[in-house]
Amino acid sequence: MNNFHYNWRKLKNTAVFTICVIGVILVLIPLFFILYYTLKQGIGAINWDFFIHMPKPVGESGGGMANAIVGTAILIGLGGLMGIPIGIFAGIYLADKPKGIFAFIVRYLTDVLNGIPSIVVGVVAYIIIVIPMKRFSALAGGFALGILMIPLITRTTEEMIRLVPNSFREAGLGLGIPRWKTTLSIILPAAFKGIFTGILLSIARAAGETAPLLFTALGNRFWSVQLDQPIASMTVFIYDYAKAPFNDWNQQAWAASFVLIIFILLLNIIFRIVTRKSYTA
Amino acid sequence: MSDSEKVKENFNIEQQAKKPAASFLNLKSLFSKNPGDLVFENITRFFAFIVFLLVFIMAFEMIKASMPSIKQFGLKFITGTEWDPVDEIYGALPYIWGTLFSSLLALIVSIPLSLSVAIFLSEFAPKWLEKPISLLVEMLAAIPSIVYGLFGIFVLVPLLRTTVEPFLGKELGFLPFFKGAPYGFGMMAAAIILTVMILPIITSISRDVMRSIPDSQREASYALGATKWETIKVVLSGSKSGILGAILLGFGRAVGETMAVTMVIGNRADISLSLFNPSHTMASVIANEFTEAISDLYISSLIEIALILFIITIILNAIARLIVWGVTKKYSGALN
Repeated sequence: MNNFHYNWRKLKNTAVFTICVIGVILVLIPLFFILYYTLKQGIGAINWDFFIHMPKPVGESGGGMANAIVGTAILIGLGGLMGIPIGIFAGIYLADKPKGIFAFIVRYLTDVLNGIPSIVVGVVAYIIIVIPMKRFSALAGGFALGILMIPLITRTTEEMIRLVPNSFREAGLGLGIPRWKTTLSIILPAAFKGIFTGILLSIARAAGETAPLLFTALGNRFWSVQLDQPIASMTVFIYDYAKAPFNDWNQQAWAASFVLIIFILLLNIIFRIVTRKSYTA
Repeated sequence: MSDSEKVKENFNIEQQAKKPAASFLNLKSLFSKNPGDLVFENITRFFAFIVFLLVFIMAFEMIKASMPSIKQFGLKFITGTEWDPVDEIYGALPYIWGTLFSSLLALIVSIPLSLSVAIFLSEFAPKWLEKPISLLVEMLAAIPSIVYGLFGIFVLVPLLRTTVEPFLGKELGFLPFFKGAPYGFGMMAAAIILTVMILPIITSISRDVMRSIPDSQREASYALGATKWETIKVVLSGSKSGILGAILLGFGRAVGETMAVTMVIGNRADISLSLFNPSHTMASVIANEFTEAISDLYISSLIEIALILFIITIILNAIARLIVWGVTKKYSGALN
């Protein structure tokens, strides 16, 4: 009887282990397959033309997405101009005030902001910028991306500053350097690598956003770098080309997502390597 | 974790020693402080205030812009099933239904899967195996949703249309879930894509929560002669609320997911239990119709849908964050 009970418990233990392993396999296979398939399709579809040529009119094959690549870069740049300063300074404030009520509220709202669907942010950018300007523009797209970048930069800046050992702070204050100078010339340089990679991470996020650009930056089949005009972006191109009934366009959608994935994964891996190092230091 | 906690602790002590009373405007500190400190602190506070303000500006602007629709339809906007741009009648119930149904389906599938992965990563896996699996799972969270949508259109939808849906229709067609023609594009494709997309979030947060349970609890359980599974039950009961938070965050993500869903759900406003039916979600109707909306009332109605989405996700995230924060804080003290 006793032996039976023991075996029963052991059996349950093995059963749970098996279920977990099956779960892991069930999860990993599709995840792995998505990654593999997308990369395979992308490699098959990509060539130099993709990077240096403009989109061809309907019916003609070939062409590329040069305008969309530049457009995405411009949109990220605009987003960064807005998101990076706000994020870094707000992050410094949060790291400086670990206990304050206002800091708590801001920290909380930052996390909540991070969970707001990006399409809602697009709608807000439409209301605030597109309606008064009376046209779709790169500025509106950059504004939407900027809002999306803020929470990530704020929180990584805060975390990275917290990771700087307190002895650094004490060394600065001990020399009679005022707090603000200690923060700017000792703490920030020490945390620079982490903050910088946090920015890279937010760029990775912004580069992959589509929904907030649909009715702010809109998209453009022609070359345009003017900030008050609609501008092309890779993600909106993928969306349009994926729905199109032309095989050639579908192939270009795969090529564009290949470039995006490689770019985003690279930034994520850099983030990982750098933060792991600063954790062990 | 423990290092940063220590730094935080030290920093607190230092702060308290330096400033007896920290209020928004402190006259005493105005004179005793280095003027540079004062300027710098107020600059950073200003930027923090911008972040604070942002959420309220977003809410305010959306409420203002959706006023025409709110005035016109009132509560009927939520309960109405008709969405007719020609006659200017807008009711969002089919979209709300589509969003909730697809997100709940995704949750039902992904909760057991991601929990088993989280348990495996936190309790079973050796380090050499745990690292690459965690990496893969987290990398998948970084892939943009448009890429999932592309994969959905060209791989998942054809597979569903030619193989999975005809089979399910034949074998289980008596259930309300598997009725209708197998289009491929529809609720099922959306739910599957959403499942894959929220798996990484629920998995990595629940894993972190389970890891934050101190080892002394596991050791105590082993010392009483418990098996691994019985020990895991102890860990699970300690991380219950954290896992609930993770699930809510995953739910919030599924509710707001736009591109991947828009590309595979078929975009037809029906309220139906069938997984084969093309459907529509709140996010997908905004993505699809916003640039086509010509009349003011039409745009206002779409903005009201965005507002509803905003409110739902704010509430979900607000609750989830509080829970997850509370759990990790509770045990970070017990760790050392």
